[in-house]
Amino acid sequence: MAALELLSDEGYRADGRRATELRKVRARMGVFAQADGSAYIEQGNTKALAVVYGPHETRGPRSKALSERAVLNCQYSMATFSTAERKRRPHGDRKSAEMALHLKQTFEAAVLTELYPRSQIDLYVQILQADGSNYCACVNAATLAIIDAGIALRDFVCAGSAGLAEDAALADLSYIEEAAGGPQAALAMLPGSGAMALVQMDARLHHERLEAVMDAAAAACRAVHAVLEEAVRERAREVTALLGE
Amino acid sequence: MKETPLSNCERRFLLRAIQERKRLDGRQCYDYRNVRISFGPEHGCCVVELGKTRVLGQVSCELVPPKPNRATEGILFCNLELSPMAAPGFEPGRQSELLVKVNRLIERCLRNSKCIDTESLCVVAGEKVWQIRVDLHLLNHDGNIIDAASIAGIVALCHFRRPDVSVQGKEVTVYSPEERDPVPLSIHHMPICVSFAFFQRGSYLLVDPNEREERVMDGLLVIAMNKHCEICTIQSSGGIMLLKDQVLRCSKITAVKVAEITELIQKALENDQKVRKEGGKFGFAESIPNQKITAFKMDSAAVDTNNVEEQAEEIITKADPPSEVFAKPILHTPGTAQIGEGIENAWGDLEESEREDAAEEEGESSATAFECQRTETEDTNTMSEAKDEPIVLSDSEEEEVVILEPQEEPKKTRYLTGLNHFRRNQSLKVNLSCHIITNLKFYLKPQTNLKQENTSKKAFNKKRRKKRASR
Repeated sequence: MAALELLSDEGYRADGRRATELRKVRARMGVFAQADGSAYIEQGNTKALAVVYGPHETRGPRSKALSERAVLNCQYSMATFSTAERKRRPHGDRKSAEMALHLKQTFEAAVLTELYPRSQIDLYVQILQADGSNYCACVNAATLAIIDAGIALRDFVCAGSAGLAEDAALADLSYIEEAAGGPQAALAMLPGSGAMALVQMDARLHHERLEAVMDAAAAACRAVHAVLEEAVRERAREVTALLGE
Repeated sequence: MKETPLSNCERRFLLRAIQERKRLDGRQCYDYRNVRISFGPEHGCCVVELGKTRVLGQVSCELVPPKPNRATEGILFCNLELSPMAAPGFEPGRQSELLVKVNRLIERCLRNSKCIDTESLCVVAGEKVWQIRVDLHLLNHDGNIIDAASIAGIVALCHFRRPDVSVQGKEVTVYSPEERDPVPLSIHHMPICVSFAFFQRGSYLLVDPNEREERVMDGLLVIAMNKHCEICTIQSSGGIMLLKDQVLRCSKITAVKVAEITELIQKALENDQKVRKEGGKFGFAESIPNQKITAFKMDSAAVDTNNVEEQAEEIITKADPPSEVFAKPILHTPGTAQIGEGIENAWGDLEESEREDAAEEEGESSATAFECQRTETEDTNTMSEAKDEPIVLSDSEEEEVVILEPQEEPKKTRYLTGLNHFRRNQSLKVNLSCHIITNLKFYLKPQTNLKQENTSKKAFNKKRRKKRASR
């Protein structure tokens, strides 16, 4: 149990942020030459890398190909050096399988898979440094990578996390705040329509507080959306400059 | 074994029924199926039936060294197995997506919500703690595994008694059940999962989907809550997009449902405790005479027959008078339902029936194209029929059985009229489409004398059959 206060009396959190403040987000697209699309994102100290291959022909058994849409294949892994203690993570363990499933579910809702029938899109996400909000960093990185690959998306998919400390909702949790054991929610949202592709919540929260926490997470998503959009425009400017426009 | 896919017509039927706000088993959209809880002879063993979905839960404990970073806490380990007896698609040892999803949900619901007090499981700090292991087995899959498993898990934990332990200095004595009564676990709260299935792109939801509804749903939302209205877990899955007020609405419904189920669980636990104390018989063996373990009993639905007579009279007076019915004698074409019905001898008609069969086999696929054309002519033909023409029942696979009058045929079948003239004496009903095919095959050949044509057709069919046999 953390003796550390999540929110001090003056309204500062453990890392000096205010309750609704996000950590600094830095994003770069096109980090790898071999992959169709790639992106790297830093949310505070959480660093995530996403790589997209596709759409390409279905590898493996032909029966897996769907005739009317593309198959999305996701893999999530955490580097052994990503946490405070070096921990060897076996490849198919339940937590990473669950994360991969959530990523797949999120992007199957957002990618226009009907435009690529009988093909496969591979998404690989790697966490290089885990400091809380792993899922959100993955989703944001994956969105940028998919845009970099030129795959059609309904809208940006932005993810944000939120928690609760005594009555105030905290946006964008760090590792200490997550480990404290309080309620934490993660949300993957399409900012244009406000529809949520994934809702996830853990630990006990009274259902009357649910709305406040979800609002805080939605606000975090919109804030990240602004940064991601800027990153995409920057990349587009780079690419057109290289083409010599 | 591969799972049988759902047929398109069944899927359409289910979706249409849901569109009309009807469920196949007659429940309302927020109704749960019947929950039945029965206990085994040992403490910590229970079977939960949610409709036909059956989950067996068993809790056991063991003294182990604690985890290094949590030296004063016990360990809770949950595991759900999808037994191959539950559904043909489940295979042992294969980690499917469903297994991962359900396991992680149950783990988060039971472990992360801290429903049992793990500090009380500590025996010697840093050396020995109790490891509580909850094993859940799915015995029958009829939808909504998550809810049934969460109920089974928490009921088994509430029912379990661990051996009493005393520590004197460095000595730890574990008492057997005969020496000292086993001690129940300290449960903080009882989290129960409630599943919502979404249809029509998130605009319509159903509580407690059964297996068929799960196959056609768009997505699933699971909310785990305890009776104090504290949400323990929310998880959305499937490809649906949710709005905030949908989630809030679901959480309100969950609060109601969880209160009901928690009450049921408390009652079941109390009953079992009473029976054990009074020395009565308990356990699964007791459930067999009640047909709980080995049979699925359908609850008979009560029908209200109070005002049936008045209702019936109302309906009759309001309804239109029945239309006039003409007696139509039923005739069978040769080859159908002839036993004991005294139809004319068909031996002389072998020629025609052979030809018909051969043509049917080959011409069926392209017959449909002709059938479309034929429908117009068929309609006019049937309308021009006199009302008391006999109804013809035929086993032939072709849909349209047209009764032709020679002068009404369109240009294409001019060739056929010859055939019909030939046959009219025998008053045979002609299966039009197959004959179109046979005609088309000979269409390019010059028109020869009719009699010659028939024999050559027969010879050709024989040749065709020989060729097919040799292939």
